[in-house]
Formats: sequence, C-alpha cells, structure tokens
Amino acid sequence: MASSPINWLGARLLSTQDVTPDIRVFEIEPDASVPIPSPGSHIQVVVQIDGRTETRSYSTVGPCNDGRYRIAVKLLSDSRGGSAYMWALKPGARFTIAAARNHFTLGRDSSFYLLLAGGIGITPIYSMALALLERGARFRVLYAARTARDLAFADDLHERLGDRLRRVTDESGDKIDLEAEIAALPSDGELYVCGPIGLLEAVKRIWRASGRPIERLRFETFGNSGAFASEPFTVAIPRLGVTFEVPANQTLLDALQANGVAMISDCRRGECGLCVLPILSADGPIDHRDVFFSDTEKATGKKLCTCVSRVAGGTLTLDTGDRAG
Amino acid sequence: MDNARSYPLNAWYAAAWVQEVGRSLSKRKICGQDIVLYRRTDGEVAALEDACWHRLLPLSLGFLRGDEVVCGYHGLVFNPAGRCTYMPAQQTINPSACVKAYPVVERHRLVWIWPGDPALADPSTVPDFRWNDGTDFVGDGGTFYSLKCDYRLVIDNLMDLTHETYVHAGSIGDENITATPFDVTHTQSTATLTRWMIDIEPPPFWARQLGRPGVRVDRWQIVTFHLPSVVDGDVGVAVTGTGAPQGDRSQGVNGHFLAAITPETDTSCHYFWNFVRNYRRDDEELTRALTLGHVNNGKGIYDQDHVVLEAQQRAIESNPRSPFYNLNIDAGAMWSRRLIDEMIARELAGGHGQVRAAAE
Repeated sequence: MASSPINWLGARLLSTQDVTPDIRVFEIEPDASVPIPSPGSHIQVVVQIDGRTETRSYSTVGPCNDGRYRIAVKLLSDSRGGSAYMWALKPGARFTIAAARNHFTLGRDSSFYLLLAGGIGITPIYSMALALLERGARFRVLYAARTARDLAFADDLHERLGDRLRRVTDESGDKIDLEAEIAALPSDGELYVCGPIGLLEAVKRIWRASGRPIERLRFETFGNSGAFASEPFTVAIPRLGVTFEVPANQTLLDALQANGVAMISDCRRGECGLCVLPILSADGPIDHRDVFFSDTEKATGKKLCTCVSRVAGGTLTLDTGDRAG
Repeated sequence: MDNARSYPLNAWYAAAWVQEVGRSLSKRKICGQDIVLYRRTDGEVAALEDACWHRLLPLSLGFLRGDEVVCGYHGLVFNPAGRCTYMPAQQTINPSACVKAYPVVERHRLVWIWPGDPALADPSTVPDFRWNDGTDFVGDGGTFYSLKCDYRLVIDNLMDLTHETYVHAGSIGDENITATPFDVTHTQSTATLTRWMIDIEPPPFWARQLGRPGVRVDRWQIVTFHLPSVVDGDVGVAVTGTGAPQGDRSQGVNGHFLAAITPETDTSCHYFWNFVRNYRRDDEELTRALTLGHVNNGKGIYDQDHVVLEAQQRAIESNPRSPFYNLNIDAGAMWSRRLIDEMIARELAGGHGQVRAAAE
C-alpha cells in the first residue's frame, strides 16, 4: 500500500531478555494505542550515533497482540551503531519509534510456504511461521546460523513446528541445498527469505534460474549486511573537488550529505535506486548491499546505491549529477 | 479519528452483482477505500487497492493484461495478489512494491469484499442472503450506487416499516401498519421486527399479488437485520383464517425484500436491493414489473425511499442539533445500530485502535 507519512510516537522500554549471547529481545510500550502488526512488519527506532540522529528498522517478533512491540536486536561489532545504541538502553528508557509497517507481507494464495532465515533474519520468519501455523497452512522453516547457540527462538519454534523446522549451523558442517529446496516447491509455492545479503543473492540466482515467477520470491533487507565488514573509507569527488572520510558507522549517503553533496534519496535500504551515483574508480571491492541492481549490473561496477553500499577499504572515487559548477 | 468510524471493517460487504464484474476494470469505493475489481482468466474475481504503489494513479485507469493490471501511467504491473511483477527501466523489482489485495467471495449472486484485515476474512461468514440465489425465490433487483446517505439511514428505513404508510401510500403503505403493534427481538448478531396484521383489507400491491379479489388477509412483515449491514424482509399476505400466523402460508403469497447496504464513505453507501417471490416464479413479465415497481425512473417504491434518505442526510449535515429523537417505532433500527456499535467497539478493542497494519 502506498506509504502514509510516518507518525512518530514516544515509547518506553519495558524489559529486555537476552536470547543468545548477542541477540536481545526488547519489549516496547508505545505511548499511543497501535495496530497489531501483521507478520513481516517492522518498526523504526530513532537512534543516536556519535551525536547524529538516525533511524533503524527492526522486525517485530511474534504476535505482539497486547499493544506492545517486541523486537530482537543483534549486537554487531562492525555495525553502523544502531545495535550499540539499542543495547545501551535500560528498562524504563524512553525513545521515539514509528508504528509498525509491513513491506514483507505474507501471501494468502499459495499451497506451500518455504521460510528461510539466516541468523537474526529469523525475526520476521518467526512471526510468519506462527501465523502459518495458526492458519493451518503447509509450510517449512529453514533456519541457518553459525552455531547452535546463535539460533534464537529455535527451541520455541521446534516445540511448535516439530519436523517443519530444520536447523542448520556452520559448526555442524551442515548445509542447505537451496537448489533442491526450491525444486521441491509446488509451482505456486512461495519462498520468504530474511538473512545476509549473500544468502539472499544466492537464493535470487537459483530462483531466477528455476523459471519461477519472481513475485513468489519474497524478501526483505534493511540494507545492513554486506559481503565485507563495514570499514572506514575515503570518498573523492573530483567534479566537486571534495574528499572526505566515511566512518564505519555511517552510511555513504549520510556522509555525502554531511559533506554538502546534494543528494536525493527515498527508501534508504537499497530498494528504490534514487541515491545511485556513478563510480569512477575504487581501491577495494564494491560491497553492493542493495537489491535495486541486478547481479549483472553489480558486476559491471559502474554505479552503487549510496544508502547502503560501501567499498571495502581504500578510496572510492565518485561522480555526481551536479552541474551547478 | 478511527473512533468516529461508523462501520466495521472486518466484515463482508456487497461490492457488485456477479454479472457486473468482467474482463475489464471497474472501480468501487467501499468503507472509504478505493478498490478496482476484475475477473481473472480463470473466472475468479480479483480486487485490488485502486491506487498504483508508485504514484497513486488509480489502477482502474490502466488496463488488464491476462490476470494482471497494468498501470496506465508508467506501466507498473500488479498481479491478483497485489504484487508488482514489472517495473520500468530497471532489471529488478522493488520488493516493497505491493498494493492491497482484498479477499473476495462470490455468493448469492453478489461479489462480497472484506475491507479489513485479510487474515480474518472467513468465507463462511458471508451474510446469509440465500433468498437471492434465484432458486426458491426469484426476482431481479439492482443497486443504488453512491446513494448520498449514511448506510445506517437505509437500515433505519428498512427496520421500521411504519414509513410505508407515508412514503409508499397507495402501493404497500396503509393505516393498518401504523395501527398494528409490533415486536422486536434480538440476538448477538440480528435484530428482528415482527408485525402481523390480522383480518385486514390488503393494500393495493398485495391485493394484486394475491389475485383473489374481495378476500380479507393476514399480512406479515418479519424484518431481520444481520450484522453489520444486511436486511431481509419476509413479507406477504394470506387469506385470513387459513393459519398463516401459525405457519401455514399455503393460502398466501410470500416475498422477501433484500438489502445489502455497503458503506461507501461516512455519508454515502451502495444499496444492493432485490425483491424476490415464491409465487408465479416463471412469470418473467411479473419479475420485470416488480423490478419496475421498485425502481422506475423516480416513480418506484425505492425511488421514493431514495428521495427521503438523501434529503435526510442533507438535513443531518445542515442541522446543528443532535440528529435524532427516537420513537417507539425505532426499536428495530436502534437495536441494529447498537449491534453495529458493539461490533465496531469489539474491532477497535481487539486491534488496539484499528485493524491490523495492512501492507503499505
């Protein structure tokens, strides 16, 4: 549905619970009455990072039908700083959120749903699995993480889903055979993916090769995972005669704007393609974290989505459309 | 603002007669939501939000390609589930690009749409409108689309047939109605008004239907409101003394006036109506005559209601005082409104302020 203007509202942190060594569940009470979020919804949280105000999106976890939001946040050492802000909050803390929206809605017309979660990507998948269970739909959940300890919510899911849940960890050497899983789906089957960009890109490739309708592959990304860790890098724009540093915890887009480069943008999660700039040269590999460009386009290395993508170290030389002289 | 909503959203509402939805795009506003309707190649009806995800141009201004709708502005394509399947000038599709897809059921010769939370749409809760099926009872009705009044005014109208005496004098209205007491009963989802007029001279319309000149009749009006906005009026006459009040209607004629009233906005509605009968069922001329009797270029029974209802809405809007005073004759309407209010309150309480956040 077309987005309506964001309605910011105050909220209070009621409680936290660590469900893995680096995943914490936050129970949040909005100041106003809010709709029950449908599975796949996310809320936005206003966070403070090095004195800057930014927003982060977090999927709601579980039904949240008591007027409270529950989200799960993974503490990332190399993150843009949102998770560190969240983890510093203590129960009783007040902050600002935007009520839940859903860009990752669960379909209703498929005969089988395959849900695939990688790591913290379990958050929307968990809610979807519970909804499908309640609906009596046919589905399966594939849940991958590094170690068994990282599989948040897995025990609860296993209790509810039994054999419909498959847990896969790197430490066990187990692997998901994506080709086989996708091939086993009925022709109207749907796949919902939330996880690291590498997993998503692999799934997209296999899905496309299978000839299945592209609209039955559903995914969501908040643009925060890449093929490389987030590192500081240098940006040079010869046309404008500017050079500046992009810290590890800031997006390229924000850094451009902070340094006076006129930009337009909209989604800020690598979907819409409005903040794209041409690449003149790059010292390191471009870490494309968007879902706007196709694999082919990414391979050319000609452009990048500045809201989410980065370069893995060194200097990134860009052009802009600015002809103001 | 949501607290002021006058209609529940988690309900099935009539959107069109089945024959009105075909292989082209038709638009309808229901509960304040613009919807585009069309029939897929497999014959099923699809209903989508009538606003392109991209720039909100009504999709009803676009065109159908197979089972999908192509926006008439920049060519974005949406499938019957509301998902975008094509975006211009890029090799990928923005995964957020969806329009709301509405649950649809075709039943009782009408297309019903669920404007609320799709997850709650249960086809088994489509209102019982079986008299409209064209089986035991026959008749061809119609629709007042965009009738300029709050849908509850139509319910008021149908749940108190005292108005027949004044609005429909000379056809179905006479003094016997106002002179006869009535009973109102109710359940958690229905309100029923029952009035039996025993041993009376039939009004002109019913005298013609019965076709037995000179006899006196027992006349009944058993009008049931079904939450949230369907009314079934079981009406007829039988030769007096032949046991109709006790259940033997064999010496009479029976019709049902049917109304499915769909809120369009707070102050307008779509009024799907039919008058069906169980006598002379093969008489197509009678069917046409009855339809014309109800709606006929301003001269039918429902045309008379139409004038009253729209005038009433205009008066409410221009009148600063609290809109109504109530009489005892309003009991059926007031029970209906109470059930509606309770349903809205349950919906708001269950959803912490409104229905679930839909796809955005």
